[in-house]
Amino acid sequence: MFNPKIVAFCCEQSGIPAAEMSRAMQLGPALKSAPSLNLDIRPVPCAGRVETVHLLTALEQGADGVLIFACHEENCQYRRGNIRAKSRLLYAKTLLERIGMEKERLEICNLATNSGVKFSEVVTEKVEQLRKLGPNKFSQLSSEVGKE
Amino acid sequence: MIKAEQKPIDELISYLEPYNKILLSGCGACVTVCHCGGEKEVALLASSLKMARNSGGKKLEIIERTPARQCEPEFAMELAEIIGSVDAVLSLSCGVGVQTLARQFKSTVIMPGVNTVFMGETIAHGLWEERCQACGNCILEKTGGVCPVARCAKQLMNGPCGGSSQGICEIKRETDCAWQLIYDRLKALGQLAKLSEMIPAKNWGTESRDKGPRRIIREDLKI
Amino acid sequence: MKAGSNLEKVLSAGHFALTSELGPPKGNDVGVIQKKVDFLRGNVDAVNVTDNQTAIVRMSSIAACSFVIKMGMEPVMQMVCRDRNRIAMQSDIFGATALGIRNIICLTGDHHMFGNQVNAKNVHDLDSVQLIDMVRNMRDNHTLLGGEDKIEGDIDMFIGGAANPFADPFEFRALRAAKKAAAGMDFIQTQCIYDMNRFREWMKMMRDLGVHEKVHILAGITPMKSAGMARYMAKNVSGIIIPDALIDRMSKAQKGADEGIKICVEQIQELREIEGVHGIHLMAIEWEHMVGRIAEEAGLLPRPQLA
Repeated sequence: MFNPKIVAFCCEQSGIPAAEMSRAMQLGPALKSAPSLNLDIRPVPCAGRVETVHLLTALEQGADGVLIFACHEENCQYRRGNIRAKSRLLYAKTLLERIGMEKERLEICNLATNSGVKFSEVVTEKVEQLRKLGPNKFSQLSSEVGKE
Repeated sequence: MIKAEQKPIDELISYLEPYNKILLSGCGACVTVCHCGGEKEVALLASSLKMARNSGGKKLEIIERTPARQCEPEFAMELAEIIGSVDAVLSLSCGVGVQTLARQFKSTVIMPGVNTVFMGETIAHGLWEERCQACGNCILEKTGGVCPVARCAKQLMNGPCGGSSQGICEIKRETDCAWQLIYDRLKALGQLAKLSEMIPAKNWGTESRDKGPRRIIREDLKI
Repeated sequence: MKAGSNLEKVLSAGHFALTSELGPPKGNDVGVIQKKVDFLRGNVDAVNVTDNQTAIVRMSSIAACSFVIKMGMEPVMQMVCRDRNRIAMQSDIFGATALGIRNIICLTGDHHMFGNQVNAKNVHDLDSVQLIDMVRNMRDNHTLLGGEDKIEGDIDMFIGGAANPFADPFEFRALRAAKKAAAGMDFIQTQCIYDMNRFREWMKMMRDLGVHEKVHILAGITPMKSAGMARYMAKNVSGIIIPDALIDRMSKAQKGADEGIKICVEQIQELREIEGVHGIHLMAIEWEHMVGRIAEEAGLLPRPQLA
């Protein structure tokens, strides 16, 4: 069965603790079958550290879906980092649309430190959704030459 | 500065159809400021283009470079070492940069990735508006620092026309009537008397490209 | 006499002038012009022939004017700055005067975005003030713009300009009319008036600047055919103000058209009383057959017959 690869940019104030909590609680069917879950967690000090290009290159380099886990909108410790992340994600979706890629492959989720349950639910749903969408046909296995 | 916007990606994909390896060159000046052709935008566009080509099964190799400027031969020459190894160049610089590259690299295809639109001001982050049309004879002293050539839809020298209503131009709700702005500024400066004198017919011959591309020559600077 | 046109003679003799307007055909059907002239002949001193008004392509004003003359009326040629550069304008003025046209009104022109050729290149080589100055120069100094080249023959034109007391900035409108007067304007036709108070205020500013003594002011009027028309104009046409009281009267009337004419006649009578107003410019758009009736009811007939 197709096992989608998910890259998750996790804010260290919310996403990371929530991920750890969900692991500790052994939540969700996807997480129970942990060996087959292809989840690449990338910690960031704030969701605002995620640039639009990070979302695209993750897909380019083989991810089937990309998630951002950010703090709730009024709670960003860096004031508006989570709002910036949201605009960038929305912009990335328009870029995907223009080249014919399904914009559902990108998603942002707002949560708190103790949202272990929410974390696992979101990941589980995304795995299901991506299974239906199928593998990312736009990715490339070999990297480009001469990148700065 | 010069403001531009990226061409629709379908158009760029169609330009790149015959090529397998390209140089995608940004510019560190104007197009960086208006977020369409700087280093970040180059990276983003490169990723989009590669993914688009992957889905069609025809891989595209992209070299990314963003010189500080592309409108001067010395900066353009920074690309010389790579140019020989690519099939074509897609340049995100303004039209000047594209033409500078084309003049320097005579046997390489150089294509524009942006539409150069105007010279303008950054009003707010993400919002730019036209302010200058390089007419070559600046009359801002007479108009309180507001340009009717760039900002009046009819380029009136002795406006406003009868369509100015509540400070808005008759053709676009979002556009301020330039002559209302001029009037307000001169009034605030106590210089309304400037508006009593007719500004005579403009010399469009020298004050636009109606006589072909204009030149500025400084003999004292020639080496 | 600057040009010796009928309109100039009527105004110079101190009569209260009456002009009207006709739009040329959207093609070359001269019958359209004939029909309108037949309604207007004898009822007005001169008729404006519009120049691609609202940027909708119609027969050129100069061609239509020459037909108007053949049909026995005096035209006022309109020339906008939107479509012609200075070369074409001066050339057309040579042709116009050769065809016997003696009145010209110099306008900026509605933006071509409103018309049916929206991708055209905007000309606006000159603006209306510079155009007035240029025509005055051609007439009085016999030279082209720039003052170098002598013109062969006399350019006898009575020069008009537009004024809009209802546009903004309001305080500047009279000053701008004064600027046009200084540039050589002989007469003004204003945008159509519904808001009498604002018009009176503007006339006061004009009198304070002394413009009413240098320039003949013709007050613009457009009769309303229906309440719908009143509402449409109030909402959609920039530079027109219609007081609610008038829209109300039109809405409540039994027969909109008759009420519209009644209001029009009342306006004419009111405007006649204002110091500095030397005539009426009646813009009965696609209602030319009503001009005779309005002129009659306003006591403006018969028109003076001057040598």
